[in-house]
Amino acid sequence: MLSYVVRRVLATVPVMGIVALTVFSLLYLAPGDPAAIIAGDQATTEQIAHIRASLGLDQPFLVRFAHWLWQVVHFNLGTSVFTGQPVSGMIGQRIEPTLALMILTMLIAIALAVPLGVIAAWKQGTWIDRAIMVFAVLGFSVPVFVIGYLLAYVFGLTLRILPVQGFTPLSQGFWPFLGSLILPSLALGAIYVALLARITRAAMLEVLAQDYVRTARAKGVGQGGVLFVHALKNAANPVVTVAGLGVALLIGGTVVTETVFAIPGLGTLTANAILQRDYPVIQGVVLLFSFAYVVVNLIVDLLYSVFDPRIRL
Amino acid sequence: MSEISLPEEASVLPEILPPIRIHGRVVGFALRHPGIAIGGVLIGLMILLAIAAPWLGTVDPEALDPANMLIGVSAGHWFGTDMLGRDIYSRVLYGARVSLIVGFAVAALASAGGMAIGLVSGFVRPLDPVLMRIMDGVMAIPSILLAIALMALTQGSVGNVIIAITVSQVPQVARLVRGMVLGLREQPFVEAAIAAGTRTPRLIWRHIVPNTLAPVIVQATYICASAMIIEAILDFIGAGTPPVVPSWGNIMAGGRALWQVKPFIVFFPAFFLSVTVLAVNLLGDGLRDALDPRGEARR
Repeated sequence: MLSYVVRRVLATVPVMGIVALTVFSLLYLAPGDPAAIIAGDQATTEQIAHIRASLGLDQPFLVRFAHWLWQVVHFNLGTSVFTGQPVSGMIGQRIEPTLALMILTMLIAIALAVPLGVIAAWKQGTWIDRAIMVFAVLGFSVPVFVIGYLLAYVFGLTLRILPVQGFTPLSQGFWPFLGSLILPSLALGAIYVALLARITRAAMLEVLAQDYVRTARAKGVGQGGVLFVHALKNAANPVVTVAGLGVALLIGGTVVTETVFAIPGLGTLTANAILQRDYPVIQGVVLLFSFAYVVVNLIVDLLYSVFDPRIRL
Repeated sequence: MSEISLPEEASVLPEILPPIRIHGRVVGFALRHPGIAIGGVLIGLMILLAIAAPWLGTVDPEALDPANMLIGVSAGHWFGTDMLGRDIYSRVLYGARVSLIVGFAVAALASAGGMAIGLVSGFVRPLDPVLMRIMDGVMAIPSILLAIALMALTQGSVGNVIIAITVSQVPQVARLVRGMVLGLREQPFVEAAIAAGTRTPRLIWRHIVPNTLAPVIVQATYICASAMIIEAILDFIGAGTPPVVPSWGNIMAGGRALWQVKPFIVFFPAFFLSVTVLAVNLLGDGLRDALDPRGEARR
C-alpha cells in the first residue's frame, strides 16, 4: 500500500518538473525587460544593467530556473508587475470563490451525471436514453459563457430568484453564499455533466453485460440493487478517471464563468492579468492550477483500489 | 464422358435474398449514420455562409456607424448593431470564417504534429520516455490556460491563436498515435513486412500510418470542436484576436458589458457558435461509431 502511494507520488515529480519548466519558460520568453520596467523611463543603461544583475536576470537560463524553482517551493511566486503585491498573496485573497465554485460544481455535476448515466444505460435504446445522450452532446457543444448568460437571463433577470452576478463570501452567511454560486456552478458544470453522463453510461453498459449481473438478477436482487450496488461499483473506475481528467475542463471554464458572473476569483484574476500583461500573475495562476490538476489525478489513481480491491496497492 | 460441365443454372443466384435496398444511397447512409448526416450538413451550411458572406446582404463588418448604435433587431439590421454601430449580422457571418479557419487549422496541425511525435515515439525507442514525459507535462496544464499563457507572449492574431491552441492539443494525438504504433508493431502483418525487407520509412507510410488514421480523424474532429470553443473563449476574455476582427468571441466580448439591456449582441454569435460546435461534435460521434466496429457502436 505505502510503496504504491510512494511510487504514484514520485511519478508525478517529472510531470511537475515539466510543468514548472514550461511555466518558467513563459516568463523567460515574455516580451519586455523587467529590469527596464522597474528602473522607469529616466533610467540610464548602467542603472538598468545594475538592476538586472541584482535581480539575477543576467544569469543563464538553468541558473535562473533553479533559483525560481527554489523560490516557488517556498511559496514565493514573485510580485505583480501591475500592483506590486506578492502574487501568492493575490492568489490567497481570491482563492475562496474559485475553490467554492469548483467544489460545488463537482458535487452538483456528479449528483446529476451519475444517475443520468445509470438511467441511460438501464433504458438503453429507448427515448429516455436518446434524450439523455442528446442532452450530453448539447452540454459538450454549448460553450460555458452561452449557458452562463442564458441561466443568468432566465433565473436572474427574468424570474429574479437568484442573483444575476457577483459573489457573496461564506462569512456573510451560508445561504447567500450558496445562492450566488448556484448559477455559475450549473453553467460551469454543464460540460462536466455531459462528460460524466457519457462515460457512466458506457461503463455501465459494459458491466451490465457481465455474468455476475445476470447472477444477481437470478438470485432476486431488485433493479435498484443491481444498478446501484452491483453494477455502479464496478463501473466506478472509468467514471472516476474521467472525473479527474475532466477537472481540466472545469479549470479552463472557471476563467470564463467568473468573467460572466463577475466573481472575484482566480479566473477573473487571470483574465485581468492577461489584459495587463502581468506575467508573474499569469505564471503563478497557471502553476497553481496545473499543480492542483496533477494532485487531483494523483488522488484518482489512489482511489482505484477503493472501488476495485483487485487492484493491489 | 469425363468432361465436367457446370450446370447452367448455377451461374444464376437463387433468389433467397430479396433486394434490401429500400432507400437510395444517400438516404440510406443518412439513416444509418444520422450524426454524420446532420453534422455534415450543418457544417456544410456554415462553410457556405462563411464563403458567401460578402454576397448575403452584409456590409463591411468593421465599418463603424456612430449614428446607428445599439439598434435592435430590425429590417435594416437583421441582428441589430453593437455599441460602435457595427452591423452584427455582417460580423456574425464573417465571424464564421474565423471560427472555421481556427477549428480546421488546429485540427489539421495538431493531428499532423501529434502524428509525427507519436510515430517518432513509437519507432525511436530511446526518445520515447523523453517525448512522453514532455507530453505528460504539457497535458498537465489545462488546455485553455496553456493557450491563454501562450497568447500572453505574443500579439493577438488569428495565426497566433491557431498556434497557441495547437500546442495545447498536440499531446492528445501524440499519445493516441504512440499507443497505436506500439500495438501495430506487434501485429503479424507488420512483422511480415519487416521480414520481407520493408524499409522503415516505407513501413511507416504504407502499414502504420493508414492503420492509425481512423482514430486520429475522430480525434481531430473533437479537437476542431474544442479549438472553436477555446478560440471564442480567448477572444471573449480579451486574449485572442484584436477586438476589431469580426469573430464570434469578439462580438460576445463587445456585448458583455451590455448583455442585461441588449442581450441580442451576445445571443446571435453564441447561437452560431453553439450550432457549429454541436455539428462538429455530432460528426465526431458519428465518425467514431462508423469507423470503430467496437465501442459505442455496439448497441
